[in-house]
Amino acid sequence: MSVLSPAIRRLARASIADARAFTTSSSRLQAEPLQKPVMNKEFKIYRWNPDEPAKKPTLQSYTIDLNQTGPMVLDALIKIKNEIDPTLTFRRSCREGICGSCAMNINGQNTLACLCRIDRDTSKDSKIYPLPHMYIVKDLVPDLTQFYKQYKSIQPYLQNDNPPEKGEFLQSQEDRRKLDGLYECILCACCSTSCPSYWWNQDEYLGPATLMQAYRWIADSRDSNGAKRKEYLQNEMSMYRCHTIFNCARTCPKGLNPAAAIAKIKLELAAD
Amino acid sequence: MLSTRALGLTPSLRQAAFSSARNHALKNAIRSSIIVRRSVQTQSLKPEDGTTILNKQRLQRPSSPHFTIYQPQLTWIGSIFNRVTGVALSVLLYGFSLAYLVAPGSFDSTHVIEFVGGLPDAVKYAGKFILALPFTFHSFNGIRHLLWDSGKFLTVKGAYSSGYAVLGATALSTLYLMFQ
Repeated sequence: MSVLSPAIRRLARASIADARAFTTSSSRLQAEPLQKPVMNKEFKIYRWNPDEPAKKPTLQSYTIDLNQTGPMVLDALIKIKNEIDPTLTFRRSCREGICGSCAMNINGQNTLACLCRIDRDTSKDSKIYPLPHMYIVKDLVPDLTQFYKQYKSIQPYLQNDNPPEKGEFLQSQEDRRKLDGLYECILCACCSTSCPSYWWNQDEYLGPATLMQAYRWIADSRDSNGAKRKEYLQNEMSMYRCHTIFNCARTCPKGLNPAAAIAKIKLELAAD
Repeated sequence: MLSTRALGLTPSLRQAAFSSARNHALKNAIRSSIIVRRSVQTQSLKPEDGTTILNKQRLQRPSSPHFTIYQPQLTWIGSIFNRVTGVALSVLLYGFSLAYLVAPGSFDSTHVIEFVGGLPDAVKYAGKFILALPFTFHSFNGIRHLLWDSGKFLTVKGAYSSGYAVLGATALSTLYLMFQ
């Protein structure tokens, strides 16, 4: 027995090894982890550091492998910040086009970095600037104080001195439909900062985003302050700096149409 | 010596000889530098100092680039061209009227016709082109603006198709006026 047992044990071990070899270790039957080829793409990103204010803003170049990066420009920015340069500064939050934080100018067009696919053509570089004609806090972060002040100035909330005695304001389906294409705005400021009129008259012209929201409350059947809202826009600068250029509708990452909303305010003001 | 050099051991051997004394000095130096840096870094600020610092920074903020980096699109390039042609046509109108007022004898129709009649053909055609292009573009784009103001073509697609229509009409009418 004592002579036999090692032999038996060895046999048993060998058969287990064979069984294993048959079922699991046959590499031919398993998918090999695919080694994707390196696909380097150059990103040129606007940099400015408030700690060195005398230094002029520059474009800094980063090269990353697109096969090791997510599909969107925001993925590339996050990869650069994580792996190459932690000082790169930009706003981001939801990464799915609903917060409006990552609005920037990518390859000459304002859009949300999280909704903008990286151009897979590696022979061309990708240029990323902050929103145009805005004061820069750092790198890709613009100062939106004025933009938010303008939004606040149109009193973006329901105003009605005669609320229904019981329950809530009721609205017909038709009236509700008038708000479609207006209420979806996320205030990312892509449209306002794409507008040449807003570039030149930012201090007085309200800009497409704010004006579309002004119309959103004018168009709301539940709001009773429409006359005053219109009166607020009845001057040379607030709205009439809009020359129907259509950059706003062209660039909106949510597919909204501020130009049409402003044209409708103009029509209503002309009918007054 | 030869063998150690060949193996690249000399630096490490040398380091071992001095290591204890050197390490001690190094550690001290690091420790003191950390203490010194920390004492410089902390400074107490009052809550209201934040605004001062922010305002100071606001004065230094650069403005981000705009028309130099924005993608050229029919929308805004067309609008700029509309403005430029409008200004050019106004300058021509007011300039000619004022010149007529200042020197009535030399800027009336007969003199202009005489002057143009004496020019070579190439200059005539070029002159007609330079006058006809802004005039026709501005006129057709004016109609486009009227349509927009009455609530038509208020989509991105509408803006583009009407824009291309204006460009086409401008090209045809400019050619017509040139060879008229």
